[in-house]
Amino acid sequence: MGLTVERRGAARALVLSGRLDATGVGGLWSDVVRAAAAARRRALILDLSGVSSWDAAGAALLLAAERAHGGSVALEGASADVAEALARLRQAPRPPPAPHRDALGWLYRGLAAIPGGIAFVGEAAVAVLRLPRRARLFRVADMLRHADEAGVRGLPLAVLLGFLIGLILAFQSLVPMRRFGADIYVANLVAIGLVRELGPLLAAVILAGRTGSAFAAEIGTMKVNQEIDALVTLDLDPMTFLVLPRMAASLLVMPALTVVLELAGLAGMAVVLMSSGIPLAAISHQVTAWVAPADAIGGLAKAMVFGLVVVGIGCASGLSTGVGPRAVGQSATAAVVGGIVATILLDGLFAVIFFRLGW
Amino acid sequence: MSAHAVEVEGVAQVFGARTIFRDVSFEVETGEVFVILGGSGCGKSVLLSLIVGLRKPTAGRVRVLGQDMYAGDAGAHGAALRRIGVMFQSGALFGSMTLLENVMLPLEMYTALPREGREALARAKLAQVGLGDAAGLMPAEISGGMAKRAAIARAMALDPPVLFLDEPSAGLDPTTSAGLDALILELRRTQGTTFVVVTHELASILAIADRCIMLDRAAQGVIARGDPRRLREESADPTVHAFFHREALAA
Ligand SMILES: Nc1ncnc2c1ncn2[C@@H]1O[C@H](COP(=O)(O)OP(=O)(O)O)[C@@H](O)[C@H]1O
Ligand SMILES: [Mg+2]
Repeated sequence: MGLTVERRGAARALVLSGRLDATGVGGLWSDVVRAAAAARRRALILDLSGVSSWDAAGAALLLAAERAHGGSVALEGASADVAEALARLRQAPRPPPAPHRDALGWLYRGLAAIPGGIAFVGEAAVAVLRLPRRARLFRVADMLRHADEAGVRGLPLAVLLGFLIGLILAFQSLVPMRRFGADIYVANLVAIGLVRELGPLLAAVILAGRTGSAFAAEIGTMKVNQEIDALVTLDLDPMTFLVLPRMAASLLVMPALTVVLELAGLAGMAVVLMSSGIPLAAISHQVTAWVAPADAIGGLAKAMVFGLVVVGIGCASGLSTGVGPRAVGQSATAAVVGGIVATILLDGLFAVIFFRLGW
Repeated sequence: MSAHAVEVEGVAQVFGARTIFRDVSFEVETGEVFVILGGSGCGKSVLLSLIVGLRKPTAGRVRVLGQDMYAGDAGAHGAALRRIGVMFQSGALFGSMTLLENVMLPLEMYTALPREGREALARAKLAQVGLGDAAGLMPAEISGGMAKRAAIARAMALDPPVLFLDEPSAGLDPTTSAGLDALILELRRTQGTTFVVVTHELASILAIADRCIMLDRAAQGVIARGDPRRLREESADPTVHAFFHREALAA
């Protein structure tokens, strides 16, 4: 395809030649549109007398030229078919303007999710209050299945992660501590860190990655398949039927995941310290003497709260899934990101509360 | 309580800037088969979801079995829901349960039947829709037509007095489709069930419908209502005429 621009009196003519079809127009599309836009203040002639063949793509190019020019456009040397195809294209509604993409869009979307989140918490609370009257809807077998999926099957990862974190923390802190002859206090450091902070936090991260996302995808798929609608028309409240068993499962599972992760972490720490010559008895004495039961209980309480929040966010993003398979993926992502961010924010809040309580 | 099973009054649905329909009104008499017709995308499924209480319409009122679906207390609302059955266009079977478990779920939730009783009843319902041999399959293992029939079995599990079916026979072979029509007529005759059916199948409409309304996307509302056999003979509206005479056209 070829393009030349000519002056014809006061008007500009775009003389097109060759194949005005899907294979031909691509190369000159932007040139034609630019030339048409440049002729904005003059009349525009599209001269097609040299065109050998054309198709809908060619007609689309003519329409694009016409719209770029914006004023009166005359077709010359065009067959009646071309004019007709162009007229048909003109009737198609113009695409709506692309939605304004804001650099801070994610922030607005995050803020816009807050009312939905508050509503979800309220609905969940109402579902818990009404549970005695709707006990039938709460299927214990479902809860146990979710606990198995989230907990038992998550244990190997908790062991691995805990062990490696304990090992790495001990190893990294051993080097500076040894300079002060304080090797033995590495045990206290790692144990306190694990039991009060890292254990619950990492267990929540595992739950968000393995389970929050799975719940979001599962419930999101149900939403897309209208299964949620089907539940509602069967008068089976999705909150009681789907969400509460999952949240209850998280309450069961989180303490176990956390304890296992912490024990594995202590084992990892012990391996490092023992290989640097500290006897096991000394390590165990440091740990038992410094980690109070209150530390462990506080940690487990935190873990349960994290679990509820992570699973709640997972279920909420599943229930708010839009249409189409991509929406399911987006819900799963939102569940993981939301779960981890919420856990970290809550952890900060707990740090302040525990400090105030002198814990 | 009124004699109408379903009353729809001046209902409109707007999504953002798009009006799907406005001012749709009709009543469904108890015990009749009422058909909703219309080209795809004209809002038949949306209308059905408004009627069964899934989405509050932008305007208008819906009453099912005398119960306003968007007002009143939760208890009365739940009671109304338990007296209707809904088959969604996609089937909407619970993907984590077998067909049998799908049909048994409403029985488990709302009857005091022991397990064997529930199972026997659910198997009977599946057999009624011709799926007696598929009870143990998962929804992912069956065809779209089978999923629809299983969904009908689930919708009728509690023998509700009103059944809503969204395109029950779309995608079915003519024999199975005729079997479903026979089932609908039989349930109406033996149990006095009221049906609200969305369908395109001309043969099916003429076989089962007492009355119908026809929605149209361009008109954003109802363009014809009445006895489909009379509409076929008498309607002057070109869209309605074209719908009822497309087979004649094809011939
Ligand atoms: N949740 C929704 N949000 C926006 N538009 C919707 C939604 N649901 C349906 N629509 C639109 O409403 C129209 C009618 O849809 P539907 O009732 O499914 O058509 P049909 O008559 O084929 O069943 C369609 O154009 C669809 O795009
Ligand atoms: Mg539909």
